Amino acid sequence: MSNLSSAERSTAPVSPLLTVKQLRVDLPVAKGTLHAVRGIDFHVERGEMLCLVGESGCGKSMTSLALMGLLPRKAQVNADCLDFDGVDLLTVSDRERSNLRGARMAMIFQEPMTALNPAYTLGNQLCEALRRHQRVSRKAAHDRALYLLERVGISAAEERMRQYPHQLSGGLRQRVMIAMALMCEPDLIIADEPTTALDVTIQAQILHLLRDLQQEFGTAVIFITHDLGVVARIADRVAVMYAGEVIETASAQALFQAPSHPYTQGLLRCIPTPGKTLPGSRLQAIPGVVPNLVEKVDGCAFCNRCDQADELCHTTPPLQTVADGHLSRCHFAHQLANPATINAQEVTL
Amino acid sequence: MWAFVFKRTLIALSVALTISVLCFSLLQLSGDLALSIGGPEATAEQVEQIRVEYGLDRPVLEQFTTWLWGAVQLDFGRSYYYQSEVMDLVVERLPVTMTLGILALAIALGVSIPLGVVAALKRGSWIDRTAMAIAVTGQAMPNFWFGLTLIILFAVKLQWFPAAGSDSWQGFVLPAVALGYYATPAMMRLTRSGMLEVLEADYIRTARAKGLRTGTVIFKHALRNAVIPVVALAAVELGFMLGGSVVIETVFSLRGLGQLAWNAISRNDYPVVQAIVLIIALFYIVLTLLADILNAVLDPRLRAR
Repeated sequence: MSNLSSAERSTAPVSPLLTVKQLRVDLPVAKGTLHAVRGIDFHVERGEMLCLVGESGCGKSMTSLALMGLLPRKAQVNADCLDFDGVDLLTVSDRERSNLRGARMAMIFQEPMTALNPAYTLGNQLCEALRRHQRVSRKAAHDRALYLLERVGISAAEERMRQYPHQLSGGLRQRVMIAMALMCEPDLIIADEPTTALDVTIQAQILHLLRDLQQEFGTAVIFITHDLGVVARIADRVAVMYAGEVIETASAQALFQAPSHPYTQGLLRCIPTPGKTLPGSRLQAIPGVVPNLVEKVDGCAFCNRCDQADELCHTTPPLQTVADGHLSRCHFAHQLANPATINAQEVTL
Repeated sequence: MWAFVFKRTLIALSVALTISVLCFSLLQLSGDLALSIGGPEATAEQVEQIRVEYGLDRPVLEQFTTWLWGAVQLDFGRSYYYQSEVMDLVVERLPVTMTLGILALAIALGVSIPLGVVAALKRGSWIDRTAMAIAVTGQAMPNFWFGLTLIILFAVKLQWFPAAGSDSWQGFVLPAVALGYYATPAMMRLTRSGMLEVLEADYIRTARAKGLRTGTVIFKHALRNAVIPVVALAAVELGFMLGGSVVIETVFSLRGLGQLAWNAISRNDYPVVQAIVLIIALFYIVLTLLADILNAVLDPRLRAR
């Protein structure tokens, strides 16, 4: 955005596209304040696919809306650092914020059925973002939209441009949303569970498409999901969220090979493995419920559901470095990261 | 789209036919017409003469077809009282009522939509509460009383506008305000609730995520969807204002259709009553048809049905 940051880029080692430090989101609710996001740290490198994983209510959507500046006005966002390519998202004015949105950071939502305005044609909705951010002719915007519709695998694109959202299936609408997000060639796309509302076969197609486009355009993507199966297919790096905190970050490979937090391990055990999981046998589940985030959480947020918790877990665990780029918020991260311990566990299970 | 318009037009025509039957039968049911035209002092021969003269001795079905055939050609016969063609009377009075109705609708729309939008955007603020107070008062106040209040204030005390008459445009201001204010509350509340609902919609979040300016988000993406039900309501309100301006036209002594209808009813002037009822009903039908088409223009999902 500024000249300074581009000058920095040429000399210093390339800084991450997005740096988030101690992000907190508080929402006033009837019974007090909901601490939806409780001090999370992560960063996104240029052109990488970061997956934010966690179950419903863990704060992953709140995090993405906070990054986009789309939270309701009553929500409070605090952070030590919220830096998007040299722009401080905490102090940026509403005007500059809306200049960024759609142009340099775009978003794809979970519900393709309701995310498009029923009253306007797809062409109209595709072109308006580009025309808002760049001085381009109607024709140029139209051509760009047409190119992207074809690129996201929509046939008869010229005809589709004149159609309304209700004339398209969910899968097609999500493709349109992806094309819309790409209109201004953003540096970052936040995809909030973009495949959750779709059929499994369509899901796979959309995942492939996102992965291909991300590599072709060199766009960084924050992919939000609750599905570790999806993570395994597309992620470069993963941040696992639990109760408003990031409890483990690692490269996708490291996370699946050596999960170092009991919650991540629990999540992995919940996935049925072809060949291993016998037909008719019960799938693993993590017992217990997520702590209430309206109240203050003392110590490790997961300790009431953790089968390895002891006295120490009533104190807040520090973020421990298990390996290079692999962090875990567990007192026993180092033991857990050791494959020997995991094997021993598997035997007891 | 054209299939939609065609279908709606067919429905509208069948409704019109039904209404003409009802309109004719109601008068037949209101007693022996020849007797009431003749009055209490008429002799039996005179009544019989009237019966023949007005064709009331013919079979009912024949009377109906004769009347309907005339009505289709815009010939509603002669007025019993004025001794002139009913159509001439209507044509003379119609512009007054139309002007009044359209002015009133313009006032109602001009007030209710901006107020509804602002009330929704500033939900719970003093603007919202003031708008609500205006709406509740408007709905609770009888419009003849409001009309009289306007006359006392602006015609008698301040003398800004005439109290009666339709000779100049000034004469229309007070009655249009009185009639428009009556239609405002419902449309304002519908705009407000529509906006509140639409502003929560996912596609509004999408629009904001695209970085669109607040004005574009509110007017292009939200209002367009929020006014769809308001259009239908406005059509009904206009129909009501055209047909139901009897009271206001009387209060302000406007020579409109409403006044003509009122006089015709009190003088047993049946051809005039029949004609006005049918014409007002046709207005309703045309307006609803227009509202349906306008809705389909605004909401493409309706076109497929």
